[in-house]
Amino acid sequence: MAVMTYLEAIRETLRQELRRDDRIIVYGEDVGVRGGVFRVTEGLQAEFGEQRVIDSPLAEAAIIGTAIGAAVNGLRPVPEIQFSDFIFPAINQIVQEAARIRYRSNGTFGVPMVIRAPFGGGVHGALYHSQSVEAFFAHVPGLKVVIPSTPYDAKGLLAAAIQDEDPVLYFEHKAAYRSLKGDVPDERYLIPIGKADLKRPGKHVSIITYGLMVSYALKAAETLDKEGISVEILDLRSIRPLDVEAILDTAKKTGKVLMVHEDNLTGGIGGEVSALIAEHALFYLDAPIVRLAGPDVPAMPYSPPLEHAFMVTPEKITEAARKLAKF
Amino acid sequence: MSKNSITKDLQKDMYYHMALARALDDRMWILNRQGRAPVVYSSNGHEAAQVGSAFALNRGEDWIVPYYRDLALVLAYGMTPRQVMLHLLGKAEDPNSGGRQMPAHWGMKERHILTTGSVVATQDIHAAGLALASKVLKDGRVSVAYFGEGSTSQGEFHEALNFAAVHKLPVIFFNENNGYAISVPARKQMAVMDIAARAEGYGMPGVIVDGNDPLKVYEVTREARERALAGEGPTLIEAKTYRFVPHSSDDDDRAYRSREEVAEWKKRDPLITFEKHVLDNKILSQAEHQEMQKKIKDVVNDATDYAEQAALPDPKTLGDFVYHQ
Amino acid sequence: MAGSDALYGLGLDTTKIETMYYYMVLSRALDERMWILNRQGKSAFVISCQGQEGAQVGVASALDPTVDWVAPYYRDLGVVLYFGMTPREIMLGQMAKAEDPSSGGRQMPAHYGHKKRHVLTGSSPVATQVAHAAGMALAFKIRSEAAVVMTSLGEGSTNQGEFHEALNFAAVHRLPLIVVVENNGFAISVPQSKEMVVADVAAKASGYGMPGIVVRGSDPLGVHQATSEARNRALKGEGPTLIEIKTYRYTPHSSDDDDRSYKTREQLQAEKDDDAIVLFRQWMLDQKMWDDEREKALNQRVRNEVDDATDYAEAAPYPDPATLWEHVYHS
Ligand SMILES: Cc1ncc(C[n+]2csc(CCOP(=O)(O)OP(=O)(O)O)c2C)c(N)n1
Ligand SMILES: Cc1ncc(C[n+]2csc(CCOP(=O)(O)OP(=O)(O)O)c2C)c(N)n1
Ligand SMILES: [Mg+2]
Repeated sequence: MAVMTYLEAIRETLRQELRRDDRIIVYGEDVGVRGGVFRVTEGLQAEFGEQRVIDSPLAEAAIIGTAIGAAVNGLRPVPEIQFSDFIFPAINQIVQEAARIRYRSNGTFGVPMVIRAPFGGGVHGALYHSQSVEAFFAHVPGLKVVIPSTPYDAKGLLAAAIQDEDPVLYFEHKAAYRSLKGDVPDERYLIPIGKADLKRPGKHVSIITYGLMVSYALKAAETLDKEGISVEILDLRSIRPLDVEAILDTAKKTGKVLMVHEDNLTGGIGGEVSALIAEHALFYLDAPIVRLAGPDVPAMPYSPPLEHAFMVTPEKITEAARKLAKF
Repeated sequence: MSKNSITKDLQKDMYYHMALARALDDRMWILNRQGRAPVVYSSNGHEAAQVGSAFALNRGEDWIVPYYRDLALVLAYGMTPRQVMLHLLGKAEDPNSGGRQMPAHWGMKERHILTTGSVVATQDIHAAGLALASKVLKDGRVSVAYFGEGSTSQGEFHEALNFAAVHKLPVIFFNENNGYAISVPARKQMAVMDIAARAEGYGMPGVIVDGNDPLKVYEVTREARERALAGEGPTLIEAKTYRFVPHSSDDDDRAYRSREEVAEWKKRDPLITFEKHVLDNKILSQAEHQEMQKKIKDVVNDATDYAEQAALPDPKTLGDFVYHQ
Repeated sequence: MAGSDALYGLGLDTTKIETMYYYMVLSRALDERMWILNRQGKSAFVISCQGQEGAQVGVASALDPTVDWVAPYYRDLGVVLYFGMTPREIMLGQMAKAEDPSSGGRQMPAHYGHKKRHVLTGSSPVATQVAHAAGMALAFKIRSEAAVVMTSLGEGSTNQGEFHEALNFAAVHRLPLIVVVENNGFAISVPQSKEMVVADVAAKASGYGMPGIVVRGSDPLGVHQATSEARNRALKGEGPTLIEIKTYRYTPHSSDDDDRSYKTREQLQAEKDDDAIVLFRQWMLDQKMWDDEREKALNQRVRNEVDDATDYAEAAPYPDPATLWEHVYHS
């Protein structure tokens, strides 16, 4: 057991996995000599060589497309997209190839691959280094999408994603890399994809969220606790598949649901979660479901006041949960 | 390897697969015109390029990543006429996709034919990826991507060639240049005469071959394969050929090319010229030829009957195989 | 002409030469100031033109900013200054102030755009601008306007599919387009040898049916000449040209990078020995077009402009948070 940052947990898991299974290859732009622009892959090329930790040309469709071919031919590729914003040149390869190769071949071929990509804002990244892109992919049958919220989860979800027989998108919030620290066991363990995590039991309001927002929600819950408002927090961990049972359980328990994500409001995961609750737990609700999310403007402007206006913060979560509790 | 080493038996087999592909293809059009098959994409005219290159590979071991035009290729690679017809008619037993994809979307794992989608040029990158794995695993396989000249305008063609060249991957990019992308002639597709001219920009050899001569295609593919296995990296092959039929059964090519042009190319019909070659050189006797034609007819009839009688997929399987199960 | 053999045939007069030199020096000085501001915590991000000024000014000086358009990339400070963006405007962008003409503080610094100055707005995903530039050139061709579009990008970015699609399109339609590759040998940490097999990006041009030309960024006049020729071809309807400029990046990729893990200090020194600004000044001195006094005056002028731009931008207000919602759609 060691205390690690979120970033270190990802790096050490990659190292452990590369040691465990020599079919695994890691590649992407600058992941080799430079160890990635965020240093997530630092030291990996030195340990595993240029054959398994590859600096690829600057071409995302090629990165994902070759990962598909390599996966079909017996490797376990873990490609990195330098910023989730640059995943779009590869969207055809992800959505129309990786996601449907199993289906279109009637189960014959599969694409076991994990696409890692840093995402999220609040880091002065502006419109093209800040986006949350999970909803685009969560829409697609054949893909799985996970977003860890702690160093512990970062390890267990990454190992599970690598073990998975299907393509998994693994999104890492940039602001979490160095700000989140926690205990991470040395041994390998798996966190099942599709299972949510009840982070905090509560009575009055349920906050359903994922990723960095989980730690923001925990802060909000502490503040509200002092005001006598008891907040339950459900960390989805996996955006696709969603843990429907856990979502309905918490909705039924408190009757008041606040959905939180940094991604834009419209068409975000919050809409899907709300629909599930409306379909299956309507009569348990004591208040309309509330969604707190990034506003519907391109994510996100650079200039500090504009960036701040965009971001979902612990304060905004506190306020929204307080209002809901009083409904 | 010189031409002489292409044994008579091999040539006979090549001819058989070319003739089989043409006959099966003709049958598909009949089924389509009778309303029994929804859509047809043809290899009609491309048989020499496809069969010539397939025979130069370690069939069933080397990976091929075909496109919709590659009926003759997949037949030469071991897909049976029954399997082809099952696919055409969308039957449950279709080994390509269980009736999920449109016809001519090939894929068969046990023959090392990678599954393919409709979006052109995606397969170029997959072939590079297959080859990347072969390089890491040292499994002695090469991978071959097949594609039309129109699809070389896609960015993925560029990314694939560059990636393969940088990593010296054992892959062959095999272009079947028939001069048209549906209705768009090559001169509106690119400002160069030859696709092969692009190879230089990636630092790989670009080879132009008469795509209507299976023996020449065999040879250049063979050489490219040897280069790949020797660790010398990828090759771009451009086989110049022609499609004798419309783009698909939904197309009408009279809108964009003259009958004279088609007639001119038909003089070089690879099936007829190669037939002449095997007969003139006594690779095939007249008697054998007749026997072969009879066999082909039987096989095509059998495939048609079998597929027409085969069961359609159970609607309950709609949700199968979205994920591993 | 100032008695320079090297100028014969170039059609440049001394004023133009001095102008080119001025823009190179100004670009360098502004860029250096940005780093100081970054280290002082006054500007979150810098991405530099340093080392590429000769390439950029050489190209821009061969264009006509009154009719031509540019779709530049993040390093092209020299191009956008030459096209008329002012040091104040640059610094407003660098400090993300409301008045920033590129994006009103919405984009990261160096994402230039200025409609009045014929600078197309650019984004971060590399190589997208090449297709946009081809589209602008298509419009010029359809309207029979005597204008060209210049777009630029790094050599690493030429591996994107969109580069290929755009060049092919431009060649097929013989568009008045100049594609400039500023080859500084690295894409962040990845050296050219891992980006492509060929030594020259220009070798790709023949595969599209267009000329591919290689010039040195330390020779701004050579760059100017190649660009002029490309522009003439474009205006005559002969189609696009790919110009590859061999150049250098003297700084890390950006203020978030550290280049010591992938570039030796010896290599960096060798690159600095081939600095376009130093060589150009020496050449002007040799040609007796320049002297220490003029150099001093120029440096003073540039210094004043950089100071003024810094002060102006520092004092300028940030955008109002209420404007977050503006311009998602036409209003
Ligand atoms: C990305 C994409 N765009 C458009 C199409 C529609 N389409 C299918 S085949 C085709 C023409 C392809 O021409 P070419 O590559 O020359 O191959 P050919 O059919 O001539 O063998 C087009 C435009 C497609 N399948 N994929
Ligand atoms: C599509 C895309 N992928 C990745 C990035 C991240 N990125 C920004 S600049 C850069 C390197 C560009 O290198 P090059 O084209 O040689 O230009 P240079 O910076 O050297 O001038 C990378 C990988 C990006 N901006 N866009
Ligand atoms: Mg570069």
